Amino acid sequence: MEAVAFFIGALGAMGGAVAVIALRNPFYSVLALIVHLFSLAGLFLLLHAEFVAAAQIVVYAGAVMVLYVFVAAYVGNIEEPMWEPIAGQRLLAPLMASALFVELTIAITGSSLKALGTNGPTIPFGFGQPASIGRFFLERFLIVFEAASILLLVAAVGAVVLAGRRRTTAVPSGEPT
Amino acid sequence: MNMDWYLVLSALLFATGAVGVLIRRSPVVILLCLELMLNAGNLALITFSRMLGDQQGQIFAIVVMVVAACEVVVGLGLIVAMYRRRIPLNVDDLRQLRG
Amino acid sequence: MSATTYAWLVLALPLAGSLTIAFGYRLWPGRAAGWIGTAAIGLAFLASIGALTQLLGEPSEHRQLTSSLWDYASAAGVNVKLGILVDPLSVFMILVVTGVSTLIHLYSVSYVESDRGYARFFSYLNFFVFSMLLLLLAGNFVLLIVGWAFVGFASYALISFWYRRETATKAGMKAFVINVVGDVGLVLAAFFVFRELHAFDYLTVFQGAAGHFHTNQGVVVAICLLLLVGAFAKSAQLPLHTWLPDAMEGPTPVSALIHAATMVTAGVYLIARMHPLFELAPTAADIAAFIGLATVIVAASIALVVTDLKRIIAYSTMSQIGYMVVGVSIGAYTAGMFHLMTHAFFKALLFMAAGSVIAAMASRQDIDRMGGFRRSLPYTSLLLIVGALALSGFPGTSGFFSKDEILVFAAERGGFYWIFAIAGYAAAAMTAFYSFRIVFRVCYGEPCPEAEALREGHMAHAEPENPVTGEPEDTDVGFPGPEHHVAEQARSMAIAMGCLGLAALVGGFVQIPGVSDAIGHFLEGTFANSKLATGNPPTGDAYLGLLAGAVVSVLGIGLAYLLYVVRPGLAPALRTRLSGVHRFLVNRWYFDELIDAVVVRPTLWLGRFFDDVIERRVVQGLVEGTVGVVRGTSTAVRFAQSGFVRAYALLLITGFAGLGLYFLIVSS
Repeated sequence: MEAVAFFIGALGAMGGAVAVIALRNPFYSVLALIVHLFSLAGLFLLLHAEFVAAAQIVVYAGAVMVLYVFVAAYVGNIEEPMWEPIAGQRLLAPLMASALFVELTIAITGSSLKALGTNGPTIPFGFGQPASIGRFFLERFLIVFEAASILLLVAAVGAVVLAGRRRTTAVPSGEPT
Repeated sequence: MNMDWYLVLSALLFATGAVGVLIRRSPVVILLCLELMLNAGNLALITFSRMLGDQQGQIFAIVVMVVAACEVVVGLGLIVAMYRRRIPLNVDDLRQLRG
Repeated sequence: MSATTYAWLVLALPLAGSLTIAFGYRLWPGRAAGWIGTAAIGLAFLASIGALTQLLGEPSEHRQLTSSLWDYASAAGVNVKLGILVDPLSVFMILVVTGVSTLIHLYSVSYVESDRGYARFFSYLNFFVFSMLLLLLAGNFVLLIVGWAFVGFASYALISFWYRRETATKAGMKAFVINVVGDVGLVLAAFFVFRELHAFDYLTVFQGAAGHFHTNQGVVVAICLLLLVGAFAKSAQLPLHTWLPDAMEGPTPVSALIHAATMVTAGVYLIARMHPLFELAPTAADIAAFIGLATVIVAASIALVVTDLKRIIAYSTMSQIGYMVVGVSIGAYTAGMFHLMTHAFFKALLFMAAGSVIAAMASRQDIDRMGGFRRSLPYTSLLLIVGALALSGFPGTSGFFSKDEILVFAAERGGFYWIFAIAGYAAAAMTAFYSFRIVFRVCYGEPCPEAEALREGHMAHAEPENPVTGEPEDTDVGFPGPEHHVAEQARSMAIAMGCLGLAALVGGFVQIPGVSDAIGHFLEGTFANSKLATGNPPTGDAYLGLLAGAVVSVLGIGLAYLLYVVRPGLAPALRTRLSGVHRFLVNRWYFDELIDAVVVRPTLWLGRFFDDVIERRVVQGLVEGTVGVVRGTSTAVRFAQSGFVRAYALLLITGFAGLGLYFLIVSS
């Protein structure tokens, strides 16, 4: 049962990912990524990370992707030219990426981690629940929590500055006051 | 369910994201592919957390999400700024670092 | 003051004179530079006399004194000091050199008076005398080489004195290049000496040589042959003689000093000085003697036909030096040195007289255009005749005693040395002939236009031009000055010539066989250990030789009288009858052409070959090839800097994949 769920989730994730990179219209790519995120959330549920799954859907797919939708709509459709100016990019990029994938796979399957190949240890109740996550954040990882908040603040301010309309700064006439 | 599968899936998603970054020219889509790669990392983290029975992996994944969000915000701000200034939205046109 | 202190003075005074004139050349008014130069050499002559008197105060066995100022080069087994050797041979030589140089300087005070380069002339002349004295007084091979090289330079500077004249500069270069060949020989000889005997200073080398080498051992023959290369280049013997006639491009006092009395005798001095080595290598000594003899004959034959006054005298010098070389090679050291001394007197005198005549001829040197100067230049003509008599070995003159002493010694030595005596006398006849050819052509006969002008009281004037090629010149710096000075009008010239004339007449009386042996006694200090210098030949044979010499010289003079005074038409007739021989002799036995074909052309070809093939192809190719490789590499590498972000990202991923591969391999 779990395997079926896994494969459905995996297919969704893969399909979404491929669609993101393949579709010409960026708007469609955004939508494909949303599908991908939902599938990933499902996989997270399988892995007993309920809170993270919820956060993924609400925050990531909900807020961040909405932001993407807005910008994609604002910017509009950009016609990407068909031809490739960089020689060999079309060939080498998939090649190198698949090389990377192969190496990672070898590393994973050949590694001596005892936990691999198993279903994982029995987990206590409350694993991945909001309560325990919250306790972690407020007890052990408080500074991380605060730093992340500050980062968010900075990013927000930065975005406002970046996207704000540029005021024409008038050059003051040279009379000393 | 074997943990291997999740990890291999994560690697595959990461590679796919990488191909996307290298192939596409629109900054919006490149950012999307970067999201793919980040999410692949997240998946790996959650998997390890489950594998080792340690919740710290999930904490890590949440923080990664926060960082990803910030990055997206700034990146999209840049794109909007570029669009406003009539700069063509094509990374191939930004070649000033040419040697 | 000791003899060595005097010797240092002898060295220092001409150098000081040269530097004084050089550094203050703008300050000296009028002829002051000339007087400074003359005074410097004159004082050096007095110092030489001082050295002589001091040396005579020592007993004969202790007459080889050394003195050194400081260490010249002390490293790695080489220990060379700035040291001089004061012994009879060197004192004899410096007396001759300083004495004759003083008179020549005196002569030049008037002779080059109107030349713009007056101070430069005397500075060079003083420097030359200094170099020659350094060569003579050197106590070791290194200092000898230094002096040798300086003399070569001074000769070059003085031959090319009129530097805007292209023939002069070419002659200077020719002299210098041939001298360098000699220098190479000398340096190699010094190297071999050091390698065998581990010392450079003369006394150590000579004392060690007898024990170290056996007779005619390969090394010592090689050393002597290399020394001969040096000696022959400097003394203009075959085959390194071609520079001497061309060296007549220099002013006449230069020819008198360098190419008659001093520099060309350096080779003779060298052989005499190195006599311990030469006596250990009789083969080399015999080769030297034969080359000397060949030079005697070849040069005398050429002097019979050339028409340039100075060049006749130059060939005569070459011939007489050949006599000296024969003398010192066969062991007649005293005779050779004696002839060196008398030759210095009468050859310098001849050049001076020739200079006076050439001045009267407004710088023309062709004897076919001269004639009848007996009435218009009486003093010059008289001294010209005196010099010619001495050169011919006329009985009573100095040349008479000196030349025949060599030939008698040769006859006495036995074996095949008879050849030297016979050939020597034959050449003496030729010598007498061409000497009086000059005299009869210049002094007797119909007065030429220049002589007529002089009789009427004014000097002939001509547009300044190159005497050899006839190209027009001006009289600014780098060319001869506008005025010409003859002995009848310039007192310093007259005094100098007079002194030399006197010396040429009575100088022989120091070595009359059976009566006086001043030079022989004096030089015993140096040649005591010589195996060949076994004292004088028996008096009877000596007088026989003198008689033969007298006969031969009178014969030659008589023949010249016949051809040039009594029957003037005979000479041109002979020329047409023996035109082939005449052409051969006038072209100087084609030696210049031979050297050109054998040495110059191949060297030029080699140089061109190296330029075309090695320089242009190999070296350029290497350099440009390297440049090309670098440029190509950088062009190839530059492709990576495309400016495309995605390309950089690709490189990033590639690197990442590579790194992962590396770690996979390492951990497996």
